[in-house]
Amino acid sequence: MTEIIEHDVLIVGGGGAGLRAAIAIAEADPSLSIAVVSKVYPMRSHTVSAEGGAAAVIRPEDSLEDHIYDTISGADWLADQDAVEAFVNEAPREMTQLEHWGCPWSRNPDGTVAVRPFGGMKIERTWFAADKTGFHMLHALFQTSLKYEPVKRYDEWFATQLLVEDGRCVGVTAIELRTGQVRGIVAGAVIICTGGAGRLWPFTTNAAIKTGDGMAMAYRAGIALKDMEFVQYHPTGLPGTGILITEASRGEGGVLINKDGHRYLQDYDLGKPLDVSDPEHPQKRTMELGPRDKLSQCFIKEQQAGRTFEGEYGHYVHLDVTHLGEKKINKKIPFVRELARNYVGIDPVYDPIPVRPVLHYVMGGIHTDINGATSMPGLFAVGECACVNINGANRLGSNSLTELLVFGARAGQEAVNFAAAQSKPQTGPLEAQVRDEQQRIAGQFINKTGGTERLVTLRTEMNEAMESGVGIYRDAAGTQAACDKMAELQDRFQHVSLDDHSLSFNTELTAALELENMLDIARASSLAANVRQESRGAHQRTDFPPPRDDDNWLKHSLAFRTDDGPRIEHLDVTITRWPPAKRTYGS
Amino acid sequence: MPDEKITLEILRYHPETDEEPSFQTFEVPYHEDWVVLDAINWIKEHVDGTLTYRWSCRMGVCGSCGMMVNGTPRLTCAVFLNEFHPEPIKIEPLAYFPVERDLVTVMDSFMEKLQSVKPWLIRNEDEEKPLEEGEYLQSPAELASYKQFSMCINCMLCYAACPVTGLESEFVGPAAIALGMRYNRDSRDQGREQRQEVIASHDAIWNCTFVGECSVVCPKDVDPAGAIQQAKVESTIDWYTSLLPWTKK
Ligand SMILES: Cc1cc2nc3c(=O)[nH]c(=O)nc-3n(C[C@H](O)[C@H](O)[C@H](O)COP(=O)(O)OP(=O)(O)OC[C@H]3O[C@@H](n4cnc5c(N)ncnc54)[C@H](O)[C@@H]3O)c2cc1C
Ligand code: SF4
Ligand code: FES
Repeated sequence: MTEIIEHDVLIVGGGGAGLRAAIAIAEADPSLSIAVVSKVYPMRSHTVSAEGGAAAVIRPEDSLEDHIYDTISGADWLADQDAVEAFVNEAPREMTQLEHWGCPWSRNPDGTVAVRPFGGMKIERTWFAADKTGFHMLHALFQTSLKYEPVKRYDEWFATQLLVEDGRCVGVTAIELRTGQVRGIVAGAVIICTGGAGRLWPFTTNAAIKTGDGMAMAYRAGIALKDMEFVQYHPTGLPGTGILITEASRGEGGVLINKDGHRYLQDYDLGKPLDVSDPEHPQKRTMELGPRDKLSQCFIKEQQAGRTFEGEYGHYVHLDVTHLGEKKINKKIPFVRELARNYVGIDPVYDPIPVRPVLHYVMGGIHTDINGATSMPGLFAVGECACVNINGANRLGSNSLTELLVFGARAGQEAVNFAAAQSKPQTGPLEAQVRDEQQRIAGQFINKTGGTERLVTLRTEMNEAMESGVGIYRDAAGTQAACDKMAELQDRFQHVSLDDHSLSFNTELTAALELENMLDIARASSLAANVRQESRGAHQRTDFPPPRDDDNWLKHSLAFRTDDGPRIEHLDVTITRWPPAKRTYGS
Repeated sequence: MPDEKITLEILRYHPETDEEPSFQTFEVPYHEDWVVLDAINWIKEHVDGTLTYRWSCRMGVCGSCGMMVNGTPRLTCAVFLNEFHPEPIKIEPLAYFPVERDLVTVMDSFMEKLQSVKPWLIRNEDEEKPLEEGEYLQSPAELASYKQFSMCINCMLCYAACPVTGLESEFVGPAAIALGMRYNRDSRDQGREQRQEVIASHDAIWNCTFVGECSVVCPKDVDPAGAIQQAKVESTIDWYTSLLPWTKK
């Protein structure tokens, strides 16, 4: 029997973006019923791992103009300026709202909210809750969401596909993990908030659930993925595990040192170092507080020059925070200490932490407008899965947590307006779509025997191809090889064989569906990287070295899915008041 | 060292085919810097794809991967094989919870308990500060008075360590009470009275016999036992105050 569940608005994803949207809807119209579908319990969502903080102008000496300019220049002018302006304007209100919902922000002695500097910022504007900001934000949002009765959660339901009727998105099919049943959840408007796709790469800060499911669902339904060639490497991850050491460690004064004991960033046009004892250290937009794309690229240059350490898990440099002292480390970055002690056996109070660049964030995503609306009526997208685009060619650290709030609230409101203006979807015709999906999953995975490919083999090959072809530095041959590899892996995926043929809580099945999703977007990402013949922000082509080429490439890429692989089109960047200029740091 | 192995004995249970759970033994390559979760992932990827468990962040913050490791509730992403090697490691689902499949427990009642303490900031009706007027002021000392209780990752290890949760399924339990106290002690909150009905009930604090195991196993130093103790003291004071002739009620 096919079962169809009906709601007014459906949100796929219970991370920061999804929960903010859910609350926005519940507050906009308490009579609406809201579904939140999430493949893990919401408080397990990846937002929980975010450490450093969330940006919003609050200090009197800061200004909205500066936040806008830092964001646009950080993005190497690929951000849409109308979106950045809306984002920066609404950020302080959203952050204050979260304070009113109980988020335990760190405080100044006078009781006001404290801020810290992050990379690429002219002045400190990052709100933080020690170094567990995402954890506190997510739990505050989740706990607050519990008070709204119209919010009905579908925890541990795995969405597999969009339901589309006459070109309008009217819901999703999802597997209820406990029973293994595929069900249809139908609603007047749908918001995808499924997070990023860092697991395309082998060495990442991202949690296991970050497999780009929502991006793939939208992509398969004909919606473009925008700017997928832009992915951010964070300069400081732990070798081996890829666990993040937050930028806040540098915001508080930590420094990067090569194997000769030299603060090497001064050799790369990022300004002059001040002594760590200087009261002016760390200087904003300078040295260790330069932007992430540049810092990760400097590491590769140091490695090529033979000035990095070499260990069991590859090359690394040292992040030294010892001069901060035990008291400050415990107060400001206690989680850094906990992680370094647990996972590399180093106590940062006494010894430098080994670090190396690690895949951290996917700037690209589902193409949306400034309200989170996609090209398909009824479908919205917010958060890391979406590309609004405020992040351009390089996201500024601590902008994305705020992005979840600002655009979560906006898309929630838009979805309410949309659902109110449209007739309720008819469920009758959708039953067949749900049945087809149930049969596809049964036929392709659960009941299938005799396959020859193991999931881990395919996934490892995908990871390797992404790392070597679509990493920090790229070229025509490497990106082409990655495209070819993804096509090959998609063919081989047809022969996948699972050990698990049962229904209840089949996590091998969900891993297979996740891999299927990742292969689709990996192919889009590699082709977009192949097509963009310039170097800009996080996309560095050795065969098209900097400076960036505004004459030909000041535009977004849009990847559309076809049966023969992606097709790339282009779209102009919205430039309003900030004409493209040279990106300078360290002045 | 590459040929060294370690043995994992894992409790398996499949609701579609098994009457009751039984142990299965796996040999796993031993790496000094592997956590228990790495070994379990290795089994799932290379040996037996049917092995079922939860995990996500692999950095001790999402709260998914709690299991009994040699009889003690632990986060498997934060406990290393070298703590046990060369001895075998016994892995079971968290104690006192019903099992969904293998190492996956049923969390429904835990989620209901969390919600029952009204874990959100409550303000009196006309005392909401408008957003335009900015944040509520809170001094670092006021923050410190509840901060510890706000660090809970909902990993449920404390429930698996608590003999009372085993005997009394209605017991609200350590993490939920700590969460209620987190809001009660927050200087911005005015909802303590609304929460008392649940927190001061027999099913909450008075069921606790103060074994204290919950605080011992807690990976985030939340000290739920301390929260329960404080709640007991506070509601005793409430009770005495309510008897005083000059307290109107
Ligand atoms: C280690 C780390 C530290 C970070 N630190 C910072 C920081 O300090 N500041 C900052 O601004 N940003 C930071 N970021 C980035 C930021 O945390 C993320 O971009 C952001 O949290 C993403 O939130 P989200 O709501 O979009 O997605 P997520 O929090 O990832 O949530 C996705 C949700 O979608 C659900 N979902 C996914 N697929 C499906 C499916 N198929 N079916 C059903 N549900 C599904 C999941 O269950 C989950 O609930 C950090 C990122 C990492 C990796
Ligand atoms: S109180 Fe500690 S042990 Fe209990 S759920 Fe919270 S973090 Fe886990
Ligand atoms: S996997 Fe997140 S706590 Fe262990």
